[in-house]
Amino acid sequence: MSTLSEPPKQSFHMGMLLNDTRYRGYTFQFIALLALVALFGWMVSNAVANLAALGQDINFGFLSDQAGYDINQQIIPYESTDTHMRAAFVGVLNTLLVAVLGCILATIVGVVVGVLRLSNNWLIARLMSVYVEIFRNVPVLIWILIVFNVMANALPSPSTFRGDDATASMLLGAFAFTNSGVYLPLPLWLEGSIVVVGVFVVSLIAIWALRRYARHLLYSEGRVIPTLPIGLALFVVPTLLAFFIMGRPIALEYPEMGRFNFQNGIQVRGSFIALWLALSLYTGAFIAENVRGAIQAVSKGQTEAAASLGLRPGRIMSLVVLPQALRVMIPPNISQYLNLTKNSSLAAAVGYMDITGTLGGVTLNQTGRSFEAILLLMAFYLAISLAISGIMNLYNNSVKLKER
Amino acid sequence: MKNSLLLGAIAVTGMVAGAATADTLQEVKDRGVLNCGISTGLVGFASQNANGDWQGFDVAICQAVAAAIFGDANAVEYNPVTNQVRFEILNSGEIDMLSRNTTWTFSRDVDLKLDFLGVNYYDGQGFLIPTELGVSSAKELDGAKVCIQKGTTTELNVADFFRVNNIEYEPVPISTASEAQQAYLAGTCQVYTTDASGLAATRASFEDPSAHVILPEIISKEPLGPLVRHGDDDWGDVVRWSLNALIAAEELGITSANVDDLAAAPTDNPEINRLLGTEGTLGEMLGLPADWGVNVIKANGNYGEIFEKFIGENTPIGLARGLNAQWTDGGLLYAPPFR
Ligand SMILES: N[C@@H](CCC(=O)N[C@@H](CS)C(=O)NCC(=O)O)C(=O)O
Repeated sequence: MSTLSEPPKQSFHMGMLLNDTRYRGYTFQFIALLALVALFGWMVSNAVANLAALGQDINFGFLSDQAGYDINQQIIPYESTDTHMRAAFVGVLNTLLVAVLGCILATIVGVVVGVLRLSNNWLIARLMSVYVEIFRNVPVLIWILIVFNVMANALPSPSTFRGDDATASMLLGAFAFTNSGVYLPLPLWLEGSIVVVGVFVVSLIAIWALRRYARHLLYSEGRVIPTLPIGLALFVVPTLLAFFIMGRPIALEYPEMGRFNFQNGIQVRGSFIALWLALSLYTGAFIAENVRGAIQAVSKGQTEAAASLGLRPGRIMSLVVLPQALRVMIPPNISQYLNLTKNSSLAAAVGYMDITGTLGGVTLNQTGRSFEAILLLMAFYLAISLAISGIMNLYNNSVKLKER
Repeated sequence: MKNSLLLGAIAVTGMVAGAATADTLQEVKDRGVLNCGISTGLVGFASQNANGDWQGFDVAICQAVAAAIFGDANAVEYNPVTNQVRFEILNSGEIDMLSRNTTWTFSRDVDLKLDFLGVNYYDGQGFLIPTELGVSSAKELDGAKVCIQKGTTTELNVADFFRVNNIEYEPVPISTASEAQQAYLAGTCQVYTTDASGLAATRASFEDPSAHVILPEIISKEPLGPLVRHGDDDWGDVVRWSLNALIAAEELGITSANVDDLAAAPTDNPEINRLLGTEGTLGEMLGLPADWGVNVIKANGNYGEIFEKFIGENTPIGLARGLNAQWTDGGLLYAPPFR
């Protein structure tokens, strides 16, 4: 009986690849894939042929040759006698430094501005809109140059700090703002400082435990205890006590004017500041929009319900609205972090020695290995971007709505 | 910056095909204009006058080559290129030759596949510093910030110099000469280092040149000259002998003032006759008109005239001939024989 209801069994034949809608899609995708592979193959073979016509080959051996140039900002020790590889690595770290600090600052700026943009205070809301529109609508390269040039022209040059008739002076004797960078005191970790740091870490843990306990009380008994004053006290008091008991083991090394420049202390170069601020403020404007959109996506009923429970506006924002908005704003913010990281390659405009400045700049110029250098740059930015989106996706998965 | 990346990508993926094998001279003739790469602006070497026309010591080489080919020194399309992209632009075929304070080095010649065709200025790297800093030797520069142009021999020499002398400095990488001047004048770097001729030109353009000194140390050899890409020797010959014609003309006493007279009829100096085309077939051998030499000299005068006009002691730049005197005057200029 079953033979009646079963459709006649069709055997597969080649024509179905085109005629049968079940297979046609695959056929065309496969053809497109072949075409794509052929196109890339053609581009690569063309590049190789053209390089060969110029008498050049593709060879990454230059990476182990001596670089021969100096780099101003180095997170790991580097000499001009080191290899191009190490120079590239110094550049990678400089890229990561500005990208990480940029993402942090951009997030802070973005969240603050995004929240304030929804403020009931007309002036504040307007000011924030102006900020967002100005920064979003002017290319980031222009912002980098603006910050760099404003610093270079508005701040005094290091030479004005020198001599008896100095026209510029240091702030509080510890900070020097010059047109080539900012100089800060450098903490010196003397003997015993480890204890102070240890105490500080322990008090951080204590603060975390305190907040956990407070949340527990809130959820189980509905009691609210004032965590802020206790937390602040925990933050400051034990560390200060340890600091004095151990005989002040942490000292500060102040920048001092040398013959040409400030010496000692920490130097934050103008090129770094320009790149960091411009990238953060620019990306911050986009993040602010994401934050605003995410907050507005949280249904008004949530706010009203929280208000009717008697929560104050600040708490409504931090306990009810923002946690829900967080879920909405993470995916678009991932792409902002990616943008910021990729935009950091504009560093060359102000002479910041990131990976584009070292490997893609001096190394490329001095060795003439443009093809290899650019391939490596592409691979680096690709890897970084994938890593960032990977990490952020993990985070996203951990906070997104758990559906059961 | 981004440019160099883009160019690199373009250069390798497409447009260089044929550049290495082509007959550049024929291409230039067909095009009717010479594509010449020059610097982005350096008083005396390559700068625009009030009418927007490029002129200068390096520009004069482009004009001499154009005059040799077309009999018209103005048949040049100028391409200002930064230090960082100059070789890629040349190798990509976008320009026919480069004449912009470029040092002849082993690796550029051999590894970057460039052909240097002689030296139009024997130079060396120096340091420029404000007088008020009271520095009298480069060895006192410990702790200074030094403005350096990217993509140059400068950045390598300076690294060697400070390392060998065991002193610290901080490089401030900069793209063009004009940006370097700005940074130097604003005080973001205390020292500017580049070829001494470039320093003299830079200093001459300052409001108060006497407030800046060039330190006595010359830390490198920088033979500057015109270049083309590898692979078209005939084209290289045209540029090489145009430069040699300028140098030989000075040695032989041919100037822009007397060249027409000397070329009117064969003189009793056979070398002058061969250079000016009244005897022999040198022009034909190069694939150029017989009076190519006359045109080269008429463009801006002989080497000495060009030197005096753009960078000599009577210009604000005020460079002495020094090493760049004729060999007969104790200098290094020595054009091979025209025969
Ligand atoms: N001769 C060196 C340095 C070249 C260089 O930096 N020249 C400077 C001045 S001497 C220049 O051309 N500046 C004009 C510009 O930046 O376009 C080299 O070939 O690497």
